[in-house]
Amino acid sequence: MIVLENVGKQYDMGAIKVLALDGVSLEIGAGEMLAVLGPSGSGKSTLMNLLGCLDTPSSGSYRLDGELVSEMNRTQLAAVRNRKIGFVFQNFNLLGYATAQENVELPLIYARTPTVERRRRAIEMLELVGLGDRVKHRPAELSGGQRQRVAMARALANDPDIILADEPTGNLDSKSGEEIVALFENLHKRGKTLIVVTHDKNVAGHCKRVITLLDGRIDTDIRKGDSNRAAR
Amino acid sequence: MHAILEYYHELKKEKLRMVLTMLGVCWGMANIILMLSVGEGLYRELQRGLLSMGKDIVVVWPGQTSKAYAGFPVGRRIRFTTEDLNRIAGQVPLIEEISPEFIRWSETIKDNGHNMDTRITGVLPCWGEMRSMVPEAGGRFINEMDLKRKRRVIFIGNAVRDKFFGSGVNPVGRQIKVSDIPFTVIGVMKKKMQTNSYSGMDENRCSIPASTYSTMFNQKYPNNAVFRPVDRKRSEQAQDAFRKFLASRYKCDPGDDSIANFWDTIKSVETQGKILRGIQIFMGIIGGLTLIIAGIGVANIMYVTVKERTREIGIKMAVGARPVYIISQFVLEALLTVGIGGALGIALGKGMIAIVWALPIENEVMNFIGRPVYSPLLALISSTILTFIGLLTGVFPARKASMVDPVEALRYE
Ligand SMILES: Nc1ncnc2c1ncn2[C@@H]1O[C@H](COP(=O)(O)OP(=O)(O)O)[C@@H](O)[C@H]1O
Ligand SMILES: [Mg+2]
Repeated sequence: MIVLENVGKQYDMGAIKVLALDGVSLEIGAGEMLAVLGPSGSGKSTLMNLLGCLDTPSSGSYRLDGELVSEMNRTQLAAVRNRKIGFVFQNFNLLGYATAQENVELPLIYARTPTVERRRRAIEMLELVGLGDRVKHRPAELSGGQRQRVAMARALANDPDIILADEPTGNLDSKSGEEIVALFENLHKRGKTLIVVTHDKNVAGHCKRVITLLDGRIDTDIRKGDSNRAAR
Repeated sequence: MHAILEYYHELKKEKLRMVLTMLGVCWGMANIILMLSVGEGLYRELQRGLLSMGKDIVVVWPGQTSKAYAGFPVGRRIRFTTEDLNRIAGQVPLIEEISPEFIRWSETIKDNGHNMDTRITGVLPCWGEMRSMVPEAGGRFINEMDLKRKRRVIFIGNAVRDKFFGSGVNPVGRQIKVSDIPFTVIGVMKKKMQTNSYSGMDENRCSIPASTYSTMFNQKYPNNAVFRPVDRKRSEQAQDAFRKFLASRYKCDPGDDSIANFWDTIKSVETQGKILRGIQIFMGIIGGLTLIIAGIGVANIMYVTVKERTREIGIKMAVGARPVYIISQFVLEALLTVGIGGALGIALGKGMIAIVWALPIENEVMNFIGRPVYSPLLALISSTILTFIGLLTGVFPARKASMVDPVEALRYE
């Protein structure tokens, strides 16, 4: 369902050009649970932003369910993000002035879900992440782990096929991190495609497939219970 | 709905800034309304002043030939008589009514030994209505019976009354002598704002029936005539018909323009109206400048807002807000700011107008420039300008917001 072919991403910093991704080819099937590892600056976030349609590659192509995402305009990308992708960030990225419920409703608003259905869906998602009793709380009134669970609920609101998480447990204590991992497990069982950037061995341990990036290239791509180790 | 909620959050968060911005718009709007209303007041007052000499009337004076014709030389005086005017009234359908105007520039009026010199005019009853000679309560103008019976009745100007009888006195029914002949006062002209005239101001003249006038004074030709065309748009045709009648009656070249001199007050009113509208528009533009400056203020604040809310924009984009949505959100916010400020401005402007009306000033200046008048049309015009400015101030910052790169925006602190 996700097919990257020879994808490159270059940042122009005036005189210096940074090649954040360099010829990445990657296929990810529906329902996979995949971890992305690699040292800081190796291009993990850049890859996630491309996969999440927040950004477009400088070279190469990206197909999502057969659609050529790398050629889309901003409006089309917004629609793909809205329908197919749920993004979870390290720093949560919740709207500070909005309640948990309003935050979860956001993607539903952009999908033009009718108000009543929207409310119901938002509360349902908050219950799913265990925050049924916190719907009217604002982010400032929630713990880090709870905030990340609100972000998870928001990512799930439009029932997307793909959940992308860029170091979701990076700002959390280990207990909160485990709750998030448990949620991921749960989603994986429901057939969602999960891609998680992490430094956390525990998180990676739950994944059937682990990719390692190094200097913008795929260094290793390991599938568990499957010993062929592909170095590129 | 959702966007309005967000606007409310923004209002709460940035109270002072939003209030100041709105105040700017409010003041700009009050200004434009005040300027337009003062212009409107001026327009109405001055137009009324012109109309006080008569509505839709033409004044005509005798002239002389400028072309030789049928053996007559150039420079022959052409005058009209009351009979000529009667015939014109009967034969020219374009003329609704017509009255001669005989004038004695200085006649003595007497009352119990005290006397005064004044102007006496001999006219028909329809002259009073044409020339807006409205009587004060308890009096009347000359009527058909007065004319027919050659009654010795007199209608006097309010200034004549003030000087001769004393101000506030109602002299109706009193006997006075005009050129030693006794007359009965039948009415006093109601004071009016007159800004144009011929043969002096109406407040200084006295009118008697044309028939009575003719028995007293040996004057064959009226000094001038006043008529009203049936249709104000066909005033020129009516004047042509008048001239043609005189040309054939006195054997003049039908194309000779100078045998009668017309003052078309309809045209004067229109011309003055155009000038006054021009002044009003000019004043509106001056008021509009304040509003435009306020609009620039709103645009600036919107730019700051967009910058400050970059992260929020990034979050919205990340969860699927299309650029159009971001644009409409900021345009809506600008419109709301401008709209609320503008509504307050309208209220302020109207309040200021109400205060001017409440002031007990009654002097020449006020009489002349009039009082500001706020009309629904002005409301429509100023609201349209306001909406336009709101859109303009919103669109550019909003466009900038929609161009934000979501990845950059999410990183923004
Ligand atoms: N917006 C940007 N402008 C310039 N360079 C960037 C930008 N984003 C990322 N980079 C560079 O690209 C490389 C990869 O960054 P990133 O994907 O954030 O790495 P990671 O998430 O693995 O730490 C780094 O060298 C980083 O400095
Ligand atoms: Mg990173």
